Amino acid sequence: MANTLYKKHPLAIRWFHWINFPVLFIMIWSGLLIYWANHVFTITLFGHTFFKFFPDTVFTPVAPSWWPEWLSSAGTDAAGHHVRHIWELDFRLAEGLYWHFFFAWLFTINGVLYATYLLLSGEWRQIVPRLIAFKEAIIVVLADLHLWKGKLPVRKYNAAQQIAYTSVVVMGALMVLTGVAIYKPAQQSWLTSLFFGYSTARFIHFWTTLGFLGFFLVHVGQVIRVGWNNFRGMITGYEIVTEEERSILEAQAGGSHV
Amino acid sequence: MSELNIDASSNPLKPIEPKISRRSFVWAAGYMASVYGGVKWLSSRHQVDGIPWPLRKGLEFNEGFWGDAVNPDKPARTYSADRITATRLNETIGMVDDYDLASWKLSVEGVHGHDSPIELTIDDIKALPSFEMITEFCCIEGWSMIQRWKGVRLRDFMEKYPPSTVSGAAPDVQGKPADLVPYVGLTTPPTDDAPEGGYYVGLDMPSARHVQTMLCYEMNGEPLSVEHGAPLRLVIPVKYGIKNIKRIGRVIYTDRKPRDYWAEQGYDWFAGL
Repeated sequence: MANTLYKKHPLAIRWFHWINFPVLFIMIWSGLLIYWANHVFTITLFGHTFFKFFPDTVFTPVAPSWWPEWLSSAGTDAAGHHVRHIWELDFRLAEGLYWHFFFAWLFTINGVLYATYLLLSGEWRQIVPRLIAFKEAIIVVLADLHLWKGKLPVRKYNAAQQIAYTSVVVMGALMVLTGVAIYKPAQQSWLTSLFFGYSTARFIHFWTTLGFLGFFLVHVGQVIRVGWNNFRGMITGYEIVTEEERSILEAQAGGSHV
Repeated sequence: MSELNIDASSNPLKPIEPKISRRSFVWAAGYMASVYGGVKWLSSRHQVDGIPWPLRKGLEFNEGFWGDAVNPDKPARTYSADRITATRLNETIGMVDDYDLASWKLSVEGVHGHDSPIELTIDDIKALPSFEMITEFCCIEGWSMIQRWKGVRLRDFMEKYPPSTVSGAAPDVQGKPADLVPYVGLTTPPTDDAPEGGYYVGLDMPSARHVQTMLCYEMNGEPLSVEHGAPLRLVIPVKYGIKNIKRIGRVIYTDRKPRDYWAEQGYDWFAGL
């Protein structure tokens, strides 16, 4: 069977994807600098705290004696002794705020353009899962774990990808909306009320961030697992497929919701 | 799609595929370099009040964007008494320990028709119509509390002691707010160490005229305690906690953007909610 080039990702999608990557990184990093000014969230069930995000040692880890000096900064420990810290993450709220509220614009604009593009180009048909996808996604996961040996249908995005990629669009919208709800709770109080108040909106904003981190880990893991041909597709736009696969994929691209 | 084993010798794509790859990867490398360079450039610009200037411009852009939407007549959400939460004490910057509360007076600068500051006692302020509300106080750190506040609305205070106007005509606080000088500054009482007051905030006129912006002398049914800013503090639900200055010593009506303690430390001057 002959191999051929298949034009997988349009230029616009590739730009949206790669613009989002550093912007999302800056948003999460600056968001953490803000969160750390009041890091209150824990995983508590039935009165028992299982997990407190970021114990205090995370903020100012003391450098061991062999740690290079140029990679550390001078500080004091709780007892007031002079020590060197590997990094200092506390008391950087102002810095977190001005980065966050600058790049929030890029994140929002890029996200809105991406969603608009998906709608207008018809690309959404490849991404939005049909109901059957929720069943199929289980088979995809089993196949990824080598527990299912059958052949999956040829499709631009498999069922698990469809669910994941649609979820991040929803999560992105949720981030912007809960973000504005926390940012302007007096002015846009209708939005804050929609998320059951200021504290709840902040809580959702935080947990959606964890959702993004979870997506990121799985996404990068899968990209590494699937390999170069697929990864290169997000840069060049092209992927090498068989003639047969290409004709199926191109028929789907011009066709109905898959 | 992923399990393709391309045999290089029989690969018909050989002549075209590396070209596409090479061009795209040059783009990718250029893009990565410009992202890195862009962030480096942004963070290394000369600083305005502790922030690289493009990011300070960003905060000012946001101020314009959201500031235009401030509606002085639209109240922030109020709550019923059973929603009141525990009181939290965060900062006492600008409030010196040995301050003599008995001699406290409020100095008001820039009052229409007065060339020098006028001085008011707490009784002068309590003589104005009182106003009570249960609102949420949001700290810029991320915590919040719902409290009951009582005092005098700043807009009622301004009716009685009006700011001067840009045109020089008689001020009309409710009817012609655009003619008033555009800012109100507030500071703690001057001390030997801080002749301008140790803590100071600036407000835009629409926020100062907001229907819930209050000179507060009572909190949760009790006279304001020393650590919460006795005898008079600002409560402004449309701004972060940092603007809710305690122990006000001076009110300054001005046409110049007033200094702001936390804006000078790298925060947003507007700090609106």
